Amino acid sequence: MAEKKIMLGNEAIARGAYEAGVKVSAAYPGTPSTEISENIVKYPEIYAEWSPNEKVAMEVAIGASISGVRAMASMKHVGVNVASDPLYTISYGGVNGGLVLVAADDPGLYSSQNEQDTRCVARAAIVPVLEPSDSAEAKEFMKFAFELSEDYDTPVILRTTTRLSHSQGVVELNDRVVPEDKAYERNPAKFVMMPGNAKGRHVYVEERMNRLMEDGCNFAINRAEYRDTSIGFITSGIPYQYVREACPNASVLKLGMVHPLPKKLIEEFASKVDKLYIFEELEPVIEEQVRSWGIEAVGKEIFTRQGEYSANLLRKVLLNENPQKEAAEQVPARPPILCPGCPHRSVFSVLNKLKIHAAGDIGCYTLGAVAPLSVIDTTVCMGASISTLHGMEKAKGKDYIKNWVAVIGDSTFMHTGVNSLMNMVYNQGTGTVMILDNSTTGMTGHQDNAATGKTLMGETVPAINIYHLCKSMGINHVIEVNAFDLKELERVIKEETQRDEVSVIITKSPCVLLKGNVFPNVCRPIPEKCKKCGACLRPGCPALTKNADGTISIDETMCNGCGLCKNLCMFDAIDCVPRN
Amino acid sequence: METRNIMIVGVGGQGTLLTSRILGGITVEAGYDVKLSEVHGMAQRGGSVVTFVRYGKEVAEPIVEEGCADVLIAFERLEALRYAHFLKEGGALIVNDWRIDPITVVTGAAAYPENIIEKLSEKYKVYSINAMEEAAKLGNVKAFNVIVLGLAAKHMDFEKDMWLKVIENTVPPKTIEINKKAFLTGYEN
Repeated sequence: MAEKKIMLGNEAIARGAYEAGVKVSAAYPGTPSTEISENIVKYPEIYAEWSPNEKVAMEVAIGASISGVRAMASMKHVGVNVASDPLYTISYGGVNGGLVLVAADDPGLYSSQNEQDTRCVARAAIVPVLEPSDSAEAKEFMKFAFELSEDYDTPVILRTTTRLSHSQGVVELNDRVVPEDKAYERNPAKFVMMPGNAKGRHVYVEERMNRLMEDGCNFAINRAEYRDTSIGFITSGIPYQYVREACPNASVLKLGMVHPLPKKLIEEFASKVDKLYIFEELEPVIEEQVRSWGIEAVGKEIFTRQGEYSANLLRKVLLNENPQKEAAEQVPARPPILCPGCPHRSVFSVLNKLKIHAAGDIGCYTLGAVAPLSVIDTTVCMGASISTLHGMEKAKGKDYIKNWVAVIGDSTFMHTGVNSLMNMVYNQGTGTVMILDNSTTGMTGHQDNAATGKTLMGETVPAINIYHLCKSMGINHVIEVNAFDLKELERVIKEETQRDEVSVIITKSPCVLLKGNVFPNVCRPIPEKCKKCGACLRPGCPALTKNADGTISIDETMCNGCGLCKNLCMFDAIDCVPRN
Repeated sequence: METRNIMIVGVGGQGTLLTSRILGGITVEAGYDVKLSEVHGMAQRGGSVVTFVRYGKEVAEPIVEEGCADVLIAFERLEALRYAHFLKEGGALIVNDWRIDPITVVTGAAAYPENIIEKLSEKYKVYSINAMEEAAKLGNVKAFNVIVLGLAAKHMDFEKDMWLKVIENTVPPKTIEINKKAFLTGYEN
């Protein structure tokens, strides 16, 4: 009997890639996709890398496919935007070895800046999309995606969502089967997408999608389950499970391929059920197409476009039932915060003190937007801090940004921030850029990047030096500061923001959660010296609490002994002592 | 058997992951189908975190919904209060009698509710333990979550010996003894 294992959705996707004989995998970390690469790297048969961004990752996978092996890229939904340039065009070119893009959407915004639906991107890029409903399917669909890719000469998107990626279920393991490498033959008509060639390929792309629409009616992953036919659902992915949970007797057309849609199969199903519902999270992608064929169906008029669905949603809206008997209590919110000992807190405490605005970026430091630090003014997308600051200057003049900085992490700087800095130099901006270098990609759980000197596969490599990279652009003022040196930070920030030229401040201190970090000290209050001024509490370290009498307590199990509170205390009422 | 719904709630960094791994392990050991769902990424940073575990003959959705939980395991009082309405009628609420102030309380924007356990006991079947104190007595504060799990285990469908076996197979070898002791502390409470 085959071995069975409980696997995270992302772990199952990685297993599927392994069993499908994938040889190359490239990715940029992003919740909820990160664990795909972290599991792929456990299979030494696969070359796996963190690329600096999703566009590069996609192109690495494309190159591997063109050379004749099975290859994949994985990323979160907004990463697909970054990778969309190569994606839209390789849709025309097609593949040699199978090519799969795993895109992880985030309905409910657990860890993202928007709630976009990758199926819309797939329609625009004219690429087929598969959507599994649990870990077992995630593994099997990966294998099918590679077959589809090769059979129909197309990149294939496997779409997952946070709920699928971060749920575990039982998976049956199979062996790895590596198809023979495809021979490489020079074929400019297919792989050199200049206008004349692309015109011809566009004809092919349309023909391919029409064929998939027909053939999809016979794919086993598109499955009509007939039960009570008074109600029928068309659904896919995780929402399928909610339908099974809330309406176990209803008929269901479960779509494993959500683009292109199997038209005949849908028409047949619609004709056999009395009332048809379309149950899909986010955008009405299935619904709009089904309705365009003249089929009557109920969808977004009763089911929201926002957030995650649930079985209770169906129970409430369709069955008029609500299992919830007690109301939710009104309790204080517990939003995510920077960890105790986080170097970002130290930097933000200085910016807060100096009343400096920050154009922010994507990473843990986005949390600097919330009280009590309240430093970050804007967050758009990866790398946008530097370019938005530049835009402000060009709109309002250089004096306007004298109390502004751009704040970006090391990994995000390597991702796309570096382009924006080049632009600032080239177009004679005068902004101050703070690169918060914590030697890792923090928010997604510690992935390496080109500036850390380690690869996904664990090799030690020369680290790209951020200081020299900035210097090489001709920036005169590139200053490195210890993130915990409050006095020096304050002095440098004051000085650099006043300059009439670009300056870069690199604040250095590793992420407090980084493996191997040791914390020999803890901070301890000295109540008799405490003047109850609250200065230590201002940066919002979760290890500190205010006592009823106005003095403070420090939770030693949480404190990492960074000394920020001690340094903020003007009365020497906090000590930093060796941990017992 | 109807699908059983377990929830684990706490504060990011409290280590809900080990507890859910033990729970997942024992459901498979007992031959059930199982699905788990957990929170990764941004919300983990000191935020409120939830893990769902569902087991039975055949499990469809991976989440536990409002009004459906058989057992709610809360590693912190405020989190017990936040999620109590997920319990079904007669469900068991297991609470670690421990307080961690959210940032909204630290900054003075909100007040930490008083008498949470008393309040919850009016509506729910509450079983509470100060697992931090008990774990300190065992000599390892980090073992607190397995103590809470031990208390919750009495409301699930598995034998004591099976729990101990799964703990042995799940935790790092060096911590087997302390975790077994921790489990029994809760189980025999």
